[in-house]
Amino acid sequence: MAASSRRRKGKVRWSKLYTFACLRPSTSEPSSAQELIGQPGFSRVVFCNEPHLHKRKPFKYPHNYISTTKYNVLTFLPRALFEQFRRVANFYFLLAAVLSLLSLAPFSRASLIAPLVFVVGISMLKEAVEDWHRFLQDLDVNNRTVKAHASSGVFVDKLWKELRVGDVVKVNKDEYFPSDLLLISSSYEDGVCYVETMNLDGETNLKIKRCLEATLSLNEDEEFRNFKAIVRCEDPNPNLYTFVGNLEFENRSYPLCPSQVLLRDSKLRNTDYIYGVVIFSGHDTKAVRNSTRSPSKRSRMERIMDRIIYLLFSILLLLSLVSSIGSLLFLRHHMVDWWYLQLPDDNKVHDLDASNQKKDNDKFFNPSKPVKSASLQFIRALILYGYLIPISLYVSIEVVKVLQAMLINKDIEMYDEATRKSVQARTSNLNEELGQVEMILSDKTGTLTCNQMEFRKCSIAGISYGGDVTEVDLAASKRMNVDFEASQLSIDESDRISQSYEEFEFSVSDFSAKKAVLGCREVLDNTNKGNSRLSEEESVIKGFNFRDDRLLNKNWIHGSNSSEITMFFRVMALCHTGIPIEDDKIIKLRYEAESPEEVAFLVASQEFGFQFFRRTQSVMVLKEFDPSSRMEVEREYKLLNLLEFSSSRKRMSVIVSNEDGQIFLLCKGADSIIFDRLADNGRTYEQATTSHLSNYAEDGLRTLAFAYRTVEAAEYECWNTIFTQAKTTIGPEREELLEKASEMIEKDLILLGVVAVEDKLQKGVPECIDKLAQAGLKVWLLTGDKRETAINIGFACSLLRQDMKQFHLSLSREAESNNQVKAMKIDILHQIESSYKVMCQERNKEAPFALIVDGKALEVALRGDVKDQFLQLAVNCASVICCRVSPKQKALITRLVKEYTGRTTLAIGDGANDVGMIQEADIGVGISGMEGMQAVMASDFSLPQFRFLERLLIVHGHWCYQRIAKMVLYFVYKNVAFGLTLFYYELYTSFSGEVLYNDWYMTMFNVMLTSLPVIALGVLEQDVSSDVCLQFPALYQQGPRNVHFSWSRIIGWILNGVVTSLVIFLANIYILSPSAFRQNGYVADINSLGAITYTCIIWTVNCQIALITSHFTWIQHLSIWGSILLWYIFLILYGALPPYVSGNAFQVFIEDIGPAPLYWIVTLLVVIVSLLPYFAHIVIQRSFYPMDDHIIQEMKYCFKKDIVRNNQMWLREQRNSQRSTHIGFSARVDAKVLSFKEQLHQKNYQFTDDL
Amino acid sequence: MTDTDQERDRNKETAFYKFTQQTLPACKPVLTPAWVITIFLFTGCIFIPVGLVTLRASRSVVEIVDRYDAECVPESFRIDKVSYVQDDSIPKNCSRFLKVHKYMKAPIYIYYQLDNYYQNHRRYVKSRSDQQLLHGRKYHGTSSCQPVEFNNDHAIVPCGLVAWSLFNDTFKFIRERAELKVNRKNIAWKSDRDHKFGKKVYPYNFQNGTLIGGGKLNPRIPLSDQEDLIVWMRISALPSFRKLYGRIEEDLDVDDVVVVHLMNNYNTYSFSGKKKLVLSTSSWLGGKNDFLGLAYVFVGSSSLILALVFMLLHLRYRRPYGDTIYLPWNRKSLSV
Repeated sequence: MAASSRRRKGKVRWSKLYTFACLRPSTSEPSSAQELIGQPGFSRVVFCNEPHLHKRKPFKYPHNYISTTKYNVLTFLPRALFEQFRRVANFYFLLAAVLSLLSLAPFSRASLIAPLVFVVGISMLKEAVEDWHRFLQDLDVNNRTVKAHASSGVFVDKLWKELRVGDVVKVNKDEYFPSDLLLISSSYEDGVCYVETMNLDGETNLKIKRCLEATLSLNEDEEFRNFKAIVRCEDPNPNLYTFVGNLEFENRSYPLCPSQVLLRDSKLRNTDYIYGVVIFSGHDTKAVRNSTRSPSKRSRMERIMDRIIYLLFSILLLLSLVSSIGSLLFLRHHMVDWWYLQLPDDNKVHDLDASNQKKDNDKFFNPSKPVKSASLQFIRALILYGYLIPISLYVSIEVVKVLQAMLINKDIEMYDEATRKSVQARTSNLNEELGQVEMILSDKTGTLTCNQMEFRKCSIAGISYGGDVTEVDLAASKRMNVDFEASQLSIDESDRISQSYEEFEFSVSDFSAKKAVLGCREVLDNTNKGNSRLSEEESVIKGFNFRDDRLLNKNWIHGSNSSEITMFFRVMALCHTGIPIEDDKIIKLRYEAESPEEVAFLVASQEFGFQFFRRTQSVMVLKEFDPSSRMEVEREYKLLNLLEFSSSRKRMSVIVSNEDGQIFLLCKGADSIIFDRLADNGRTYEQATTSHLSNYAEDGLRTLAFAYRTVEAAEYECWNTIFTQAKTTIGPEREELLEKASEMIEKDLILLGVVAVEDKLQKGVPECIDKLAQAGLKVWLLTGDKRETAINIGFACSLLRQDMKQFHLSLSREAESNNQVKAMKIDILHQIESSYKVMCQERNKEAPFALIVDGKALEVALRGDVKDQFLQLAVNCASVICCRVSPKQKALITRLVKEYTGRTTLAIGDGANDVGMIQEADIGVGISGMEGMQAVMASDFSLPQFRFLERLLIVHGHWCYQRIAKMVLYFVYKNVAFGLTLFYYELYTSFSGEVLYNDWYMTMFNVMLTSLPVIALGVLEQDVSSDVCLQFPALYQQGPRNVHFSWSRIIGWILNGVVTSLVIFLANIYILSPSAFRQNGYVADINSLGAITYTCIIWTVNCQIALITSHFTWIQHLSIWGSILLWYIFLILYGALPPYVSGNAFQVFIEDIGPAPLYWIVTLLVVIVSLLPYFAHIVIQRSFYPMDDHIIQEMKYCFKKDIVRNNQMWLREQRNSQRSTHIGFSARVDAKVLSFKEQLHQKNYQFTDDL
Repeated sequence: MTDTDQERDRNKETAFYKFTQQTLPACKPVLTPAWVITIFLFTGCIFIPVGLVTLRASRSVVEIVDRYDAECVPESFRIDKVSYVQDDSIPKNCSRFLKVHKYMKAPIYIYYQLDNYYQNHRRYVKSRSDQQLLHGRKYHGTSSCQPVEFNNDHAIVPCGLVAWSLFNDTFKFIRERAELKVNRKNIAWKSDRDHKFGKKVYPYNFQNGTLIGGGKLNPRIPLSDQEDLIVWMRISALPSFRKLYGRIEEDLDVDDVVVVHLMNNYNTYSFSGKKKLVLSTSSWLGGKNDFLGLAYVFVGSSSLILALVFMLLHLRYRRPYGDTIYLPWNRKSLSV
């Protein structure tokens, strides 16, 4: 049964329906291109079905293996190391480690090399793991199988990677093409096939590819037994839309054009199978050529961090210079007198006895070569003060970011139940960038929408069905009610309120009444009859989301205008190019058509009782519900002509004759086009329909108008001859003739009504965009789709609204046809300038602006000298929509916006056509819900759903930004505070390079004693909790404004570090020297002083981080206080080791400092004093210059008990915090509320007047 | 049993879940004015008493400091002190009279203090061999001791500049013609004596070279008992330092005059370093040091003042905490 049905379907020559396309000669092929073949750039030769010929030069082409990995086994080590040491800090530490081998270093070798190896090792491990994942993904793609011709007509499974140029492959329905193929034949007799290119260009409608007539007969496996042909064509290039080549087959040469080429990454649809020959494989394919290597992205903060490192580095150089000059001065003027040093003196050598003749090799203190000694001292100082440069900063940040990414991945709020996927932070080094995004560039299909059409509303004969009150209206009136309740609370005079309340109700009903006057007689009735959209569970029928009892269940027959309704449904059921798929024994049919809209119409008409159930070459059969007999009858309609849809015509018509021989022209198309062609007696419902249309459009629904006319047989005959003549004409004037012919018949139409379909948005998209808009983000829509679709979606997502001033940039038709660059440029420039003028004039008014750009216009607008003006205009618009843009243009816009505005951009998309944009943007986000993986592979973050972007940015982005900022600043502080004490001590040692602390104290400093609290801070710190973040998206602005990581903050923290180091060092020096520090009269020597000072440092830096932290979980407590405890434990354990290991730390705590009360008292003093400046600072800031997060923290804290007041306040503040944005759902509601209020005001005015 | 296990597992799971969802219970301290004032007052209240106590301890210490390096050179050698101190033939004895201005309770610690003496110079610090100090001549890897490693091709024990430059002034204290008993034992850290200086290591070939640095050592006493050396070899942190010489174990009364007979052997004249003799009692905090107590009192009183200032500021420019007027969106409307 199934087999037979499939055969039947195969026989329907689908392609015949495309009447024009079928006869259209391939015009896109200028003969000049053919002459290029064989010339440089067009030298490729492919021997079809003889892949073995391609194993040797000169025809050796790469096999079909694809690799997207960065490294391979051999190149990993050198390249990864190179990457690592491109970081300034790492390079510095590499130098330090090398120098330590030359005994220059003031520290032991191990203590210099070990941290470096650790840091670089971890980073390289991360790289390796990431690359491994890429490799696995490649492996998956490369190991897909396809049927390939083995020999003598037998097709066997072959791995994609083993395919070679010249192989004949058979691709089945819904399979991807393994490489670029030349189409030989398809399951359809006329050799066409349908291809979905969503992954390449993002366009959702299917494309038709057609094979050459010559190879049409090769549509069985057997035929390929002796098939041989030669293709000569262009060399591999990234151009998706061109192809030049010819096919030599059976001693004749046939020109080839792009319509015979099937590209890798596109998919075979609606066609059972095709045969094709591999012409480009692997990295030669256009899809791969189009992809660019993913650039390694660095976040904005990381770039600032580099500059901080440079700053610290210059401090380091300065201090080293001071040290070496100091050392030089001492050596020259004083040190020679210090007999106890026995400095090597070349003049004195002969005075000494033989045993001391041995050359003293102390190069550092040689008074006879002071300059050399000083420069050596300089190098030593460079290493010594290396603690200023936070080596472990990078490794800590890597660790923190990986943990942050893990927490992002684990967030249950961003887990999609349906696809069982969660958010994936694919590269963890951009976490904090999420908190600084200012621009979102979004793809449409698959990102905002599900690529699924739903029938939502219709207006037949001037009556709107399927709900009239829009969601915006509902929300607005709800808001008004809330406002009134709020005012009710604030004003105590009760009677005044009730009065105003009444007035409000009055005005609303009045408003509805006014609407009713305008033409919807049944509004009130209607609003009760289920105006809200069905919830997800209720809509059981895919593509149909409509509920209005007046039309469903055949109730329409009771209506007064059932004849018009019948006609309306007939247009819906007949005027299309779809075919039914016969599911066995199921009454409801499924349909396939060129566009999802048509499917939605067919499904809807089936629901209404007009089931389109069979189509043959010339006959369409409907199962109609006959209102007079109340029976279901089968009616056949003869399809006489089909006037195809095209983007310039914007309409489609069928001419059918019914069983009675009556000829009808059924037409559907864009409303403006249809309205222009109405007959005078066909305009009965025009006014009402127009008002419905604007309502639908406001809600982002895509509308099409339906009309019909009856054609007299004589008129038809007459017209048909003209039309047939036009159809058979060959030449450039053909289009024009056809256009004229169809104009002749598509006139005097009678308007039936309009339908509204919804390009179904993904769940939560409008809400998400609303929140993002409130967070101050701009959303640009970049889509490959048509302008109308893009605008619809703009409305649906609230990126556009009716009262916005729209600027359209598009090329005028003349400029486009002339194709003259200069003319186009002038045209666009003119448009931009005039728009900008308008914008400047109207800036003060409330109305926001929107810019809608067409792909072709964009191409001109992005050229060198126009682009600045264009971007200036675009940046000042509240929303920007770019339609019909190519993947390359998407990437280009992204780059230009990024460069022009200097803002952080985020690109989000799902298909391969978004890859360029995703890679180009500061952050690329891929939607992982759909099957294509390219976008996800190229992305930095992948989301299962667009709506998770809200939480990802507003919660995680905000947190990560704060965390990393706090962490980096603290790191700088801590290293400055510690590093400078080393320098101060040099002042007391005549710059000789002696160190106050034991080597291992210092090694432990960054590794253990201060690392854990920072990591805890970086992973767990929260200024406010996630729900508060979401309640107050305005808080997000801290990131883009970069309040936490400004240079004043950075300098402030460096100064804080300086103060801390001074306090620690000076206090210790003055307190512990020179008198005894214990009761037994012992004085503090270098061992005790070092340990005591170091204790102060550990306490101070760890307490400092406790001051920074605003969110203490047990982890923070454990890490902070644990680190301090760890220092004592370390000191005790290390001191317990035998003296040759522990050196001067031997028993220093147990014996020396531990029992001394002075030690503990000093620690307390130093810690308090060094934290006092910072504490005073935060106290003043918080008390007198509070920041947003401070207030919110206080709100949370102060009103904990007073729940009633608390709730009230939160609600109020939430409402206040909603910024007056230009885009987003709430902005639309605002606008609506405003207009309501105006009406209310007028009403009041009239009311008082009347009185 | 299994129930509690399961429960524990569940708890662990939820704790982990809370961690991954970042909803672990947390304390979120907010700096309210009350807290700030309390913290400042508290600091003040703690610091001032501590300061006073430490100041009292420091004041209870009696300290006599006497600089003798200049006075102990005879008038005739004042122009060229270096040649005086380097000339072995000239006797170096010198007498100083110290008047006790306050009752000093035993033990009274005797220090010598050197100023402008860079014992912490890197070259100097490194020039020693801890292993040799512990193991004596058995240990050969003494290259760190340069330039005082060998003399006449024999190893020097103890080697290195530090030992070679041993301080060698000596002091004798006489009160009313009776010599005060000076205890010179236990002036070094016990761990040094026990673990760092060998009990069976005797000085060898020490100070036999042409260049004589500081003091000589009795080759019959093992290093672990050479406490002067041990004290000296504990490197001082700063170029001005005291080192313990011994203890007087008798009380000194007010107006007692102590005569110090000293041998002014050590050369600080080449680098114009100062030499001082210090007699000091000690408290539980150690020696005399007012800085700590003053710092405490200062910080304590400043934080009291800060508390006051803040309280006044808070009363004058009171910002109600959690006042929503300060939120950015409300603030904008305020300014407009």
